[in-house]
Parts: sequence; structure tokens; C-alpha cells
Amino acid sequence: MSMITVKDMCLWYGDHQALHHINIEIPEKSITAFIGPSGCGKSTFLKTLNRMNDLIPGVKITGDIRYEGTDIFSREVDVNNLRKKIGMVFQKPNPFPMSIYDNIAYGPRTHGITNKVQLDEIVESALRGAAIWDEVKDRLKKNALGMSGGQQQRLCIARALAVQPKILLMDEPTSALDPISTSRIEELVMELKEKYTIVMVTHNMQQAVRVSDYTAFFLLGELVEFGKTDDSFSQPQDKRTEDYITGRFG
Amino acid sequence: MRNRFDEQLFELNREIIEMGAMCEEAIASAAKALTNGDVALADKVKANSGVIDQMEREIESRCMKLLLHQQPVARDLRLISAALKMITDMERIGDQAEDIAEIVAFLNGHTMEGMELIEEMARETIAMVTGSVDAFVKKDVELAQEIIDRDDIVDDYFSKVKCGIIAMIAEHAADGEFALDLLMIAKYFERIGDHATNIAEWVIYSVTGVHKEA
Repeated sequence: MSMITVKDMCLWYGDHQALHHINIEIPEKSITAFIGPSGCGKSTFLKTLNRMNDLIPGVKITGDIRYEGTDIFSREVDVNNLRKKIGMVFQKPNPFPMSIYDNIAYGPRTHGITNKVQLDEIVESALRGAAIWDEVKDRLKKNALGMSGGQQQRLCIARALAVQPKILLMDEPTSALDPISTSRIEELVMELKEKYTIVMVTHNMQQAVRVSDYTAFFLLGELVEFGKTDDSFSQPQDKRTEDYITGRFG
Repeated sequence: MRNRFDEQLFELNREIIEMGAMCEEAIASAAKALTNGDVALADKVKANSGVIDQMEREIESRCMKLLLHQQPVARDLRLISAALKMITDMERIGDQAEDIAEIVAFLNGHTMEGMELIEEMARETIAMVTGSVDAFVKKDVELAQEIIDRDDIVDDYFSKVKCGIIAMIAEHAADGEFALDLLMIAKYFERIGDHATNIAEWVIYSVTGVHKEA
């Protein structure tokens, strides 16, 4: 079943059209990787899925994006609620300058949860979910900025999990991390897909092969090819995909 | 963009073609030695078998390095994985040519009726090996399919040779041992045809991404 259905979606930054007629169905409880050269529109598209682009002046979007059947641009949709369901993890870990505990509790608190016992439970389960509980359980009151880059990124994933999302959008989540932290995040992401739908932008082709179930290849604002990762990387259907993934351009 | 990688793939291609040519030569020589009872030529085939084995090791190691260094995908991945599989079949072809040559040396010029059929079978098998290597060189899916289809002809020859040998034993029981040697030779040719078929299947995979057995 598809979690997000996009039909004939176009996006402009002012006069510049950044995305052209995108059609895609993102399957639930699986990992979809977006690949493509810089400036191809993959991050723009990712950010559109939880309306992060609303914040950029001059953006115009046409077409249809549905999350679990609901038009995400309809008036009834509360953007905060949408972003609660569709969380985001960025390239550079961005913990808030506060304690590890408060970082995780921040989201649930803004959604009105104040009960200490309940918050404790949420914090522990989110940190466990992000495979970092054992490393931080004895220093929950310490400042999150004192953690390593890899730990910070897992903290950010835990923070996204704390509000019980359905989908996690990840924009190059490991590009600022060393190989060991990278493989921990990759392992984590593969565990998370049992409960969550994950969409990940990556410049690391091997990461897309290792981790994702489906791959979407973007080029010059177009979605050139979308299919099972194993197929896309062993017998791509479009010559442009073949040329890009084999390093013949890009 | 990727000159070095392309050069390495070109080299891999060249080495496979070279190994294929050596296999063709090995079985052509083995067949010729059989026809002419040429023991000296048979000895030469035996000596060359080690070179083919060596070639297999070299190509294998090149493929491993390419997998490690380039982490190939798409048609690059298919070429390299097909190469790894094909060289195993080529090495077996070399071994079987050697096996045939060994029997020829043992026969020591002894010939008898029924040999013509094996000679025809040998010609058909050599054509299959040549064709499968050609299909690889030209990345020619149609030619590869033709080779796969021709395996039935070689299989038919084997059945005919077998019937002939049964008759031969019935008529000249004293030549029984010789007849069994001939049967072995026919079986080796039949196996070579199977290996040529495997090569052709990998050629198709490397071009299309689809393997018949999958």
C-alpha cells in the first residue's frame, strides 16, 4: 500500500520551475531512496512532502500530494499535525541547545503532554527506538551538544520518533558522519522500516543500494525512474539512470 | 569522467576474448589430434591447459579488484559478474580438451570406423565455443541464443555416437576398451557444448540483465 501518492506535481521557485510533473507512490513500511546529481530537485521534493517549502517565499506548487489519502494542501490540514506525522531528519545533526531529555520531550510537550511519567516513557522509548538509549541513559540531563556527531544524529532521529510519526524524511542523514556512525544509522534505518515509512535523500549510491527497497532517480527536476532498488541498480530502464549510477555523468 | 575504470573494463574484455580464443584452439587441436592420431599435438594440448588455468586466476583476480575498487552497478556489474561465471566454463572447456588429448595420447594412433561421427560432433562443438565467444565480443544476444539452441544438435550427436559404439562393441568385442575411450571423448565434447551454452547464457545476461535460469 502506498503511504504518499503524488500526482502531476510541479514546483516553481519564482520563475524557475524546479520540479516537473512528478508522479510517484511511496510504499509504506519500506525505505525509498531519492538519488540524482546536485540541483536535480530531490531535496526540494522531499521537503514538499511535509510542506517545509511553505516557508520559502515565491514557491508555487501545483498537482496533488496525498498522505494516507488526504490532500496535504487542503485547508483542513494542520501543518503542525502533518509534520508530526511526517517527521524530518536533516543532513547536519541539529539538536537543540538543551539537555538530551528535553530535546526528546520538546515535541511531545508542544503537543500538550506534561505528565512527567508519560514523558519519561516517551523519552525512553524514542531513545531506544533510535538505538541510543544505552549510550545516554545515565546522562539524560547533560547538554545534547556534548554528544558526538553520530550520537547527535541518532538523537535527532529519536526526537522525530517521540511524536509518533508515520513517515520519516531524511535529507542526507549520514553525509556529515564517519563510516562507523554511518553504518549505525543505516542499521537503525533498516530496523525502523518495520514500523515507519522512510524516504531518504542520499548522494551515496552504495548507501542507496545497501539500505533502500525502492529508488527514485531525479534529473533536472524530473523523476526519471522509480522502481525496486535491486532492479534500478542491476538493470536500469532509462539510459540516463544507467549513465548516472555508473558514473558516466553527474 | 571514468577513464580508468573504462580502461580496466576494456582490459577485462580483452582478456576474456583471449582466454576464449585459447579454449577454441585447445579443443580444435584436441579434435585434430584425434582425427590424425597425432600424439605430439595431443601432448601440446595437455601442456597448454595450465596456461588456461593461469588465465582464469588472473581474470578472477582482476574481477575481484574491480568489484572492490569500483563497486560497479548496472551494466558494469553485469559484465563483471558474467565474466566471473564465464571463465569457470572456459576453464572447464580447457580441462575437457586436455582430457580428450590424454585419451588420444593413450590411443596412440589406433583408429576405427565410427570415428567420422565423433569428428562431426567435434566440429559442431568447436563452432559452439567459437560462436559463444563471438557473441561475447559482439554483445550479440541473437547469436548467443543461436548457440544455446545448437546444444540440441550436439546432444543428438552424442546419442548417435553412443548407439554406434554399442553396435561396435557387439561386432568387435575385442575393441571394447577402445570403444569406451571413444564414448568418453564423445561425452567430453557433449560437456563442452554445455559449457558453451552456459557462456552464451551469461552473454545474454550481461547484455539484457535477464538470465534464462532465473
